[in-house]
Amino acid sequence: MTSTTAKISVQGVTKTFALGRDTFTALDDLSLDIADNEFVTVVGPSGCGKSTLLNILAGLEEPTAGLALVDGVPVSGPGPERGVIFQQYALFPWLTVRQNVEFGLRTAGVPKAERRRRAEHFIALVGLEQFADALPKTLSGGMRQRCAIARAYAVDPSILLMDEPFGALDALTRVKLQEQLLDTWSKDKRTVLFITHDVDEAVFLANRVIVMAARPGRVYDVIDVSWTTARDERFRLSPEFAALRNRVWHSVYHQDGPTAAPQPSTTI
Amino acid sequence: MSVLDKRGAGRRDPVPETTPGTSTDSGAVNAAERAPRRSRAGRRGLPLVLNAVSIALGIAIWWALASAGFKLPTPPEVVARARTLIDNGTLGKDVVASLTRVLIGFALGTAVAIPVGFLMGWYAVLRGLIEPWIQFFRTIPPLAIIPLAVVVMGIDETPKIFVIFLAAFLACVISTFQGVVSVDRTLISAARVLGAKDMTIFVRVVVPASTPFILVGMRVGLGSAWATLVAAELVAAQQGLGYRMQNAELYYDLPTIFVGLISIGILGLLMDRILLLAERRLTAWQERR
Repeated sequence: MTSTTAKISVQGVTKTFALGRDTFTALDDLSLDIADNEFVTVVGPSGCGKSTLLNILAGLEEPTAGLALVDGVPVSGPGPERGVIFQQYALFPWLTVRQNVEFGLRTAGVPKAERRRRAEHFIALVGLEQFADALPKTLSGGMRQRCAIARAYAVDPSILLMDEPFGALDALTRVKLQEQLLDTWSKDKRTVLFITHDVDEAVFLANRVIVMAARPGRVYDVIDVSWTTARDERFRLSPEFAALRNRVWHSVYHQDGPTAAPQPSTTI
Repeated sequence: MSVLDKRGAGRRDPVPETTPGTSTDSGAVNAAERAPRRSRAGRRGLPLVLNAVSIALGIAIWWALASAGFKLPTPPEVVARARTLIDNGTLGKDVVASLTRVLIGFALGTAVAIPVGFLMGWYAVLRGLIEPWIQFFRTIPPLAIIPLAVVVMGIDETPKIFVIFLAAFLACVISTFQGVVSVDRTLISAARVLGAKDMTIFVRVVVPASTPFILVGMRVGLGSAWATLVAAELVAAQQGLGYRMQNAELYYDLPTIFVGLISIGILGLLMDRILLLAERRLTAWQERR
């Protein structure tokens, strides 16, 4: 990373949970910077604290020690400049697609006509025009997640925090949504922190892949993905992709014991 | 009859649920459109036929027992008595008296129960203060309160309405509270990250999310209120279906008792169906399995 002013800056964040009489260290002195409009994926074994990291940035949890800065300001509580997309969609089941997308705009007091216009725009962006007045229960998992993405985009956050958003979807739908997400993102860039347990997904989407290690949760490896042309099937089937995938795979699945873990490179 | 029979309610839901996550985008919609119409009508029609057969059979058995010398009035005797009671206005007045009591008590009970249930679910302090009383009164059948209520409140309408209020309140407050505490935490997080503050979350997430629980509570409360009403009238009243049956008992007037019983059953069922309809309307967004 060459950027000097980080959009997101995590500085020495530690998070411990009380577990009966013991304490469990979810994150241990974790530091990383993410530049403006960068797409970063975080991948790692379960229990490595990747969701905890996201929740801290979202303002849903507080770090035990250390600082989480957004635009140089410490995070205190959730805010509309940080959109969150949950694995379980978290759509309001009693609201239609349109009303779900308008939720954050209503909260912000956007007038009705403007609300309607912006909702239409983002519903179209994710390709759900035909289902604007449908209730979530009539939508498939993929459509629900697209609705959730439109809802997050609608309040115009500068950061999107995505917590295994495609984890509950089948492989075909997942590939389709990955491409659609990149398409949406390239039309309307935001800073994205995307958490996944899928190595392919991590490589396909990212400008930079952060591999985490568990017990305690920390950065294990950082891999830059420098593919400048369109991210499509050609990228997915390219030797470069395979090489990156190998590299990330080894980082995730062949982590040595916690003591032998290499320190993350200094560039992050 | 179980007022909590959600499975029965779900039976009429025409949209077959597709498993979220396993279907492709177009698949879910097509499956809903392709739902076979004929089998749907058949599924709805058959239980109705069975219900009718069952009712006819029940009346036949009643008739047979009455003819066989049991101390029962025959169906025609009951119908004749019902006609007399309707014609001289007694039944109408009794029904109005009973319904008025139950509706006032039920309306007051739910009107108090819903805010109290919300407060208990939302503020742990209030929950700690209120819950022991509710748990305590829940173990006392409302009818057991009648002697106390009559002594304290006199013999007019007040004690009857009070015990009905209590019955409806206790049933409804518990399920409202349950509804609030079981709101999906992710939905609250989702609202918070969209910029919603506590009041907005309460009005726009907690209230709608707990509506299904409240409506079930209202149905249980109504059933409980109706049962309490009739018993309250048996003890102390000058009018009403319970009073009419109590009075008939003194004269061994079995047909009138039957008319009273059947009226109570039909009215209770009608009120329950009305609430069930409201429930379906208001919670059509729910995914039913």
